[in-house]
Amino acid sequence: MKCHLPKLYLLLSLILCGIILIFEKNISPYYYQVIVYIGINIILASSLNIINGFAGQFSLGHAGFMAAGAYTSAVITSSMHISPGSLASYPAFLFSLICAGIIASLFGLMVGIPSLRLKGDYLAITTLGFGEIIRVIIQNLDFLGAARGFTGIAKLSDFFWVFGIISILIFLVYNLINSTYGKGFLAVRDDEIAASAVGIDVTRYKVIAFVFGAFFAGIAGGLYAHFVTYINPSQFGFLRSFEIVVMVVVGGMGNIIGVIISAAILTILPEALRSIAQYRMVIYALLLVIIMLLREGEFLGGRFNIKRLWKKSPAET
Amino acid sequence: MNQLLQQIINGISLGSIYALIALGYTMIYGILRFINFAHGDVFMIGAFVGFYSAPHISKLVGGSIIFSGILVMLLAMLICSLLGVTIEKFAYKPLRSRPKLTVLITAIGVSLFLEYGGQLIFGPDPKLFPTIVPSMAVVDTQNLVIGSNSIVAIVTAAILMLILRFIVFNTKMGAAMRAVSYNHQAAALMGININSIISFTFVLGSSLAAAAAILYSSVYPSINPLMGIFPGLKAFIAAVLGGIGNIYGAALGGLIIGLTETFVTGYLSPTYRDAISFGILILILLFKPSGIMGKFEAEKV
Repeated sequence: MKCHLPKLYLLLSLILCGIILIFEKNISPYYYQVIVYIGINIILASSLNIINGFAGQFSLGHAGFMAAGAYTSAVITSSMHISPGSLASYPAFLFSLICAGIIASLFGLMVGIPSLRLKGDYLAITTLGFGEIIRVIIQNLDFLGAARGFTGIAKLSDFFWVFGIISILIFLVYNLINSTYGKGFLAVRDDEIAASAVGIDVTRYKVIAFVFGAFFAGIAGGLYAHFVTYINPSQFGFLRSFEIVVMVVVGGMGNIIGVIISAAILTILPEALRSIAQYRMVIYALLLVIIMLLREGEFLGGRFNIKRLWKKSPAET
Repeated sequence: MNQLLQQIINGISLGSIYALIALGYTMIYGILRFINFAHGDVFMIGAFVGFYSAPHISKLVGGSIIFSGILVMLLAMLICSLLGVTIEKFAYKPLRSRPKLTVLITAIGVSLFLEYGGQLIFGPDPKLFPTIVPSMAVVDTQNLVIGSNSIVAIVTAAILMLILRFIVFNTKMGAAMRAVSYNHQAAALMGININSIISFTFVLGSSLAAAAAILYSSVYPSINPLMGIFPGLKAFIAAVLGGIGNIYGAALGGLIIGLTETFVTGYLSPTYRDAISFGILILILLFKPSGIMGKFEAEKV
């Protein structure tokens, strides 16, 4: 019975998404928009969590995968001239999202291959570079609208799509982590040399993590493009990647629930600070530094310790 | 031919500015083994110190534009080195024994704080940097114009790099720095005060960034609070290209990146300017991760 529990949860959450869809019209547009953004950020953060949290490969290029997905799906639905609400729009949107995921995961593969040789800071800066290269290439492709952006995307994303995909993603992640692959990821993260010594194909696991993470980042990009209906390359700069990384780190690397909560909180926080708009990014940055300084353990659940602010660190002796 | 010469001069002046910033990255990496993401923003603060102080200083000093230019640069170097040391004391020092990732994210946080704090205090719109280097054409033929600011940038950068070389290789403080970069513990056992060496490194790195900022703003006089991001990233790439932790490597890498960038802008398309540096970075990391002059460090179990 126990092994069916995740499947039951998946079914239940999909039904719940469907029910909430009925009430969708009663939610004020502003809150609705924030809720959908939360959903998209949860997908982005959870997929990055596979790469950063479970496989331990520090990636700063998630916005690049997102951009690849956003543009792919936008091109597909625009070329098919889908009108929102028609019966054909659902399979077409699903098809475009899957294509978005596949193209993004191809980019993931491209980024994953250099990651075999690099680690830590170097990998971070390389993935950042890849993300920027994807952005610059889009900026120079005229059929994608270049720097002017891509307009006239049908508004196909809604609550059901976003949260339905979250349910599937969380289901997949949960099962992945509890499979031999998941154990392989953790082994690679904790000690690469020991992992390869016991016969784990480190290369394979790293690439799989990148491909899987990028796939869902691409889908998130597709959902985003079909929600805001206008995309341009500057929306996918590396600040976007930083935001996603911050969500994962604050939630706790490798903590599924923690990342979901922190993605929600960090999406709401800038909105809540909107009344003091000019200070909000400063406060956000300051909070980030303070959280880092106070955190005791490496993962969420690690205790916060106020004393750390004035305690001397052991390395100083 | 003249156009080629023009590109080379522009490339060297941009490259020597990148080299100055790259030296800061490489020294801090050499000693603390982490990328100081906030370095580019220290560079930005340097430009703004110049922007606000230049009118006052030139009024105070009077006619001599060279003397006031030197004063502006020294002031920017002083303020930025204070800023660098403060960042190190408050943000990086408490995290010295923690995982690399924590320090990296803290550095990103500090960088965002400086950028958005800068937007709050200085305003987000671009500002025109005052002329502190007398601007005139040293050489002006049909299609070759060499401005005095390019020459000043190249010469000043060269002088600063020679001073740095002297400090690192010919003084006691420099010897201590090199010792700390080999091994913290062993250096501490030899009676070297690690904390003061780290602070000194931040002073050197940040003041070079400030000098680079003044030179950069004299050549490209539009400054804004986000101006530090790309020069910062490119200087980092230069440091990696030359072999991170190696001072000559940083200078060489800076020149290579500066030249490539000007050639891409001049002969291909300016829009690919930012992508080409990242392309170089990925190629160098794939084929020679230790950089041109870096040493290969074997991984220990």
